[in-house]
Amino acid sequence: MITLEGITKVYLAGEVEVAALKGISLHIPEGEFVAIMGPSGSGKSTLMNLIGCLDQPSSGRYILDGYDVSALTDDQLAWIRNRKIGFVFQSYNLIPRASAVHNVEMPLIYAGDNQQRRERAMAALESVGLLQRASHLPNELSGGQQQRVAVARALVTDPAILLADEPTGNLDSESSLEIMKLLRELNQQGRTIVLITHEPDIAAFAQRVVRLRDGVIVSDERQAVATEMVR
Amino acid sequence: MSILEGLRLAVNGLLSNRLRSALTMLGILIGVSAVILLVGVGNGASVAVQQQIQSLGSNLLTVFPSNARSAGGVQQGFGTGSSLTLDDVKAIANRQTSPDVVTAIPSAGGRAQLTYGNQNWNSTLTGTTQDFPSVRNYQVATGQFFTSGEVDASSKVAVIGPTVATNLFGGADPIGQVMKINRQNFRVIGVFAPKGSSGGFNNQDDVVVVPITSAWSYLLGGRGRNVQQIYVEATSAEATTAASTEVTQVLLDRHHISDPAQADFQILSQQDVLNSAASTTGVLTLMLGAIAGISLVVGGIGIMNIMLVTVTERTREIGIRKAIGARRQDILLQFLIESMFLSGLGGALGILIGFGLARVLPVVVSTLPTPVISTPSVFMAFGISVGIGLFFGLYPANRAARLRPIEALRYE
Repeated sequence: MITLEGITKVYLAGEVEVAALKGISLHIPEGEFVAIMGPSGSGKSTLMNLIGCLDQPSSGRYILDGYDVSALTDDQLAWIRNRKIGFVFQSYNLIPRASAVHNVEMPLIYAGDNQQRRERAMAALESVGLLQRASHLPNELSGGQQQRVAVARALVTDPAILLADEPTGNLDSESSLEIMKLLRELNQQGRTIVLITHEPDIAAFAQRVVRLRDGVIVSDERQAVATEMVR
Repeated sequence: MSILEGLRLAVNGLLSNRLRSALTMLGILIGVSAVILLVGVGNGASVAVQQQIQSLGSNLLTVFPSNARSAGGVQQGFGTGSSLTLDDVKAIANRQTSPDVVTAIPSAGGRAQLTYGNQNWNSTLTGTTQDFPSVRNYQVATGQFFTSGEVDASSKVAVIGPTVATNLFGGADPIGQVMKINRQNFRVIGVFAPKGSSGGFNNQDDVVVVPITSAWSYLLGGRGRNVQQIYVEATSAEATTAASTEVTQVLLDRHHISDPAQADFQILSQQDVLNSAASTTGVLTLMLGAIAGISLVVGGIGIMNIMLVTVTERTREIGIRKAIGARRQDILLQFLIESMFLSGLGGALGILIGFGLARVLPVVVSTLPTPVISTPSVFMAFGISVGIGLFFGLYPANRAARLRPIEALRYE
């Protein structure tokens, strides 16, 4: 599903070149639930931007669902983001002026996919248990509910991978547990999930944990999946 | 993303900041209503001038003698020659040689000092023949016009305009009264109805008309029996060109001139006067439109300013949209539609307000010519206002479309 080969990323900070990623090779097969961990500055955000096709690597190859993403134009990347990737952000990133259901159907609008758009958005909301909140604006929902709307938006185009960047970072532990259970359920239904976090108890929900430090992978191990949160 | 979807987004965006949207719209609204109103006033002035000229008779041709040449060949002023005669007038009026001419009248005159009792009045004297009222569109209100017999007999009779009647005779009935024109006794036999074209360069109601023979004999002493102008009435406004050709031929033959370039006369049609007046008022309209257009441009800059603020405010939203698959063109379209909607709506409201002002203003300011609003100018104003939205929205929208998603998402 995801194959990274010798990925590097170099930023220009003023006149100094900073290497955020120094050769990352990683394979994530379909249906896996992977957590990418690391302290701040380890390069995990950079890696998340690259996997999410929001940015392109300085060198190396990235194959996503059969597409060589490292050589695409901006508009082609937009298409990949729209069809292949579902984003869940730490700060939800819902559009404040749009209702929950409108937020969820937005990827379909950009896909030009108007067939049963509203019905599909409602179905996605139902799958995260928020059908009765469809017409609410984001600021009328709790943090956990907003994040569930974001998950519904990520799912509506039926993407190849779900990319969750610190999805519980702004939530209390009860809402965090809800979201993690939801992600685990989605994984059990066969969805590939890449989770980026620095919290061990969140990473515990994944089958596999990849640890980053200073732009390189320091460990990559499988683990037993947690079902409850230990804090 | 469809246009309809874009429109929905635009309305949504504009409604979220009502006061700001309304103020921005106001700029375009004022610009468009100014264009509608001022161009309307320009057109109104043009129509008023044309009506005034047409009241002189739209099928009228005027024949002037050419500039006189002195012995050395030096040209003197316009109409200073004395080549036209009463026989020329009769020849022009002959329907055999000039079928497009109804009739022709001579005219000779100048300023005249009128006296009645202890009243004095200075007016324009015209010596002419019995067909003067029909050719020059005059109606005789009381009394009558002089006849061909009175012309042949050089009778000392006069027909006066209403301005003269009021100023010389006060409230009294002038018919049958004897007044003095340049110290000669003339009997008033008729008064013209007002032509209504007050003001302007030539008051058509301030006239005194006498038989041309009498004018020659008693009033224009020393100048011989010259015809200063010949007024020719063509069968219709459309026939003036044909009539002009016929008159030219008749006069060339009579004056034994073979080369038309050497003609000792000139023909001016009312159409020529109309055309030159139309070009003058056209320039006026253009100037008023240009002044109003400036305010439209200022309104457009206001839109650009607000759109730039909006793009900055919504940087994060743009980032989110890009992350979930919006292409450059989707973002571009969203902001372009928003700015075009803003300016288009402002333009539509501006048209309505322009219409309203065009109705109200002439009532308040009575000297203003009644504005004439043409349908093309309304469509043009609307089109231009939408175009301004497009033009001034392009830069902010392009700026939004070029934002990089990771930077936009990080924006707080």
